[in-house]
Amino acid sequence: MELTSNQTHPAFPTLLSGAVHQESEQTRSQAYTTGRKTVGTPFVDKPRMTCRDVEVYYGEKCAINKISIDVGCNEVLAMIGPSGCGKSTFLRCLNRMNDTVPSCRVVGSICLDETDIYHPSVDVVPLRAQVGMVFQKPNPFPKSIYDNVAYGPRIHGLTKNKVELDEIVETSLIKAGLWEEVKDRLLEPGTGLSGGQQQRLCIARAIAVSPEVILMDEPCSALDPIATARVEELIAELRTQFSIVIVTHAMQQAARVSQRTAYFHLGDLIEVGATDKIFTNPKHRLTEDYITGRFG
Amino acid sequence: MYTYLLLCILLITTGAYFGGKARAKTIAEASGGMRTLHSLPSHYGMLTALSYAIPALLVFALWRIFEGTIVTSLVTKSLPIELQQLSPNRLSLVLNEVRNIVFSGFASHNADPAIQAAADLYLSTMNWLKNAVAVSTLLGGLIPGAIAYRSIRKELRARNLVEGIGKVILIGCSAVAIFTTLGIVFSVLFESLRFFHAIPFFDFLFGLQWSPQTAMRVDQAGSSGAFGAVPVFAGTILIALIAMLVAIPVGLLAAIYLSEYAGSRMRTWAKPMLEILAGIPTVVYGFFAALTVAPLIRDIGQAIGLQVASESALAAGLVMGIMIIPFVSSLSDDVIHAVPQAMRDGSFALGATRFETIRLVIIPAALPGIVGSILLAVSRAIGETMIVVMAAGLSADLTFNPLKAVTTVTVQIVTLLVGDQEFDSPKTLAAFALGLLLFVFTLFLNFIALRVVRKYREQYE
Repeated sequence: MELTSNQTHPAFPTLLSGAVHQESEQTRSQAYTTGRKTVGTPFVDKPRMTCRDVEVYYGEKCAINKISIDVGCNEVLAMIGPSGCGKSTFLRCLNRMNDTVPSCRVVGSICLDETDIYHPSVDVVPLRAQVGMVFQKPNPFPKSIYDNVAYGPRIHGLTKNKVELDEIVETSLIKAGLWEEVKDRLLEPGTGLSGGQQQRLCIARAIAVSPEVILMDEPCSALDPIATARVEELIAELRTQFSIVIVTHAMQQAARVSQRTAYFHLGDLIEVGATDKIFTNPKHRLTEDYITGRFG
Repeated sequence: MYTYLLLCILLITTGAYFGGKARAKTIAEASGGMRTLHSLPSHYGMLTALSYAIPALLVFALWRIFEGTIVTSLVTKSLPIELQQLSPNRLSLVLNEVRNIVFSGFASHNADPAIQAAADLYLSTMNWLKNAVAVSTLLGGLIPGAIAYRSIRKELRARNLVEGIGKVILIGCSAVAIFTTLGIVFSVLFESLRFFHAIPFFDFLFGLQWSPQTAMRVDQAGSSGAFGAVPVFAGTILIALIAMLVAIPVGLLAAIYLSEYAGSRMRTWAKPMLEILAGIPTVVYGFFAALTVAPLIRDIGQAIGLQVASESALAAGLVMGIMIIPFVSSLSDDVIHAVPQAMRDGSFALGATRFETIRLVIIPAALPGIVGSILLAVSRAIGETMIVVMAAGLSADLTFNPLKAVTTVTVQIVTLLVGDQEFDSPKTLAAFALGLLLFVFTLFLNFIALRVVRKYREQYE
């Protein structure tokens, strides 16, 4: 869509000019930003993670284009946007899961507590213990419930004896809201649980290594509404101890669980701000279009 | 001579196909377009063709089966009465003589006139029979073929009928495989039962002596024979054990490298290379074992002061192990590769290293499949013949020393059946008993392997 910079068709707002346009339509009386520069408040005081000018390339293809954003302490940051907008790619940069993709290249700086996680001296193993991850599809290991939760503490040598390990398993399962349901069958396989229980088991597994940040990649998209509600409650509780970054396609979910929301579009971070502001009073035209369902 | 007949059937079948198709098209056009037909025109063609070919081939097969019996009985009746009353064995000799005259034209000048006459009759019978076969075969198909052709209407459910016939053919093909297996099992079983009439079952199963040399004639010097299967099976198990000690670690580690560490280009190149190992004929492995590995092991043994037999179990086992590496590596690689990426991601996201992930998640998840592949390799090692015939010994010593010569079940079966033998002596029948025992053993292993593999399948569904 190549339009000259000062010519605007009402149905095709200019994406390239970065100019502010006054809409003539009555339904849009407000002034919108339509450029590709991030609007809103991407930075916070005392951030847990800071990302500056992050670019991600798959081979020659640019998947993420100069993104700068902070993740605050004890907040839930929701990332929304249409499919293929790069929000999952960006999420996977935060614990270097993209290292497993051979063609992937990350430029810019991502810091966790002021340490650049892409610095050559940083070992990815302790990093991933600090930045945990929960995936779209529940992926418990084909082991017992106990062994699933104990997996992280064991490989990182977090406990001295069985008693401590038992304690970690129990507290993790309690925090994940799963303890009451599974305390009598800890030795049964984790794959035998229901989908929602499996996802909470995966959350318990992630928090067992006491991370600082938990990344969630559409954690509820494979779950039914009741299980989704449980996981959302859980996210609200976990916020008191962890920073959480969640990718979601459900805008109601983003509105329910998050304090800040970031809207991604085709590899650009379009708008960041407090969740209630984003959903009630978006500043950018694309954000408005997306959350009102005009596209995406 | 029947080639032309079969060619004719093929031609008529092709003709029937196109005839049926054309008729279907004509009918369709007459009644207003292709959509009025129940099935595609090719289905009608196929139905006509099959209605011709199947009865024709059945008639042909019946003739071929009973042809010999018909000719023989006719010729026998024509023989002089004194020849007819000979014992069945002698009579078959006479008939053989008749056939010799017919098929070679040989000895016709000095033959018995009665036999010569019989030969002439045989020849003429064969000739008219040939014509009868040809005519009845061609006609036998024509009637059902014509009925099918005439019955083509737009309501005829040709597709259902053709697909039904196709299903019957599929069932027939699987039945061939099943009945062949059953046939082999029963023939081995019955011969083994004859063996167990001579040698008690438990003497065979638990006897510690194996020396199957028996005297063939009463006046001949020879041992009385001992048929204890234990030393033979001990040898088999020893060699298979050595083979697995080679194949399991090498194959499994190769599989882990291929599926977890190697890049996709390396994998596509290295995996077929490994599978070539499985394509080398076992006889090549056999002389490799006998001529290269066995002397090498003996020389090394002598250098460090060990007594090594020149046909040691170690040499045969090592080479057999190399042979079955691809069984373990290729199947295990598939199984490891099939472990979902989500498992790896889950483990990496918790800060596990690649090695920890393999050891703690991938291998346990793939374990049932790996065990299945190993069990398949074991049954292969136990049934393997050529390497051990060439590289293992013949003496059935009950030993578990891998430096000594041992013998295996397959080697004993080969030696029992090679050479001049009576086919009803316990010595020869012992081969069937050994074969049966081996069969039961490998069947058991395969059964376990299949069960394990099935259990694996359930895990991610």
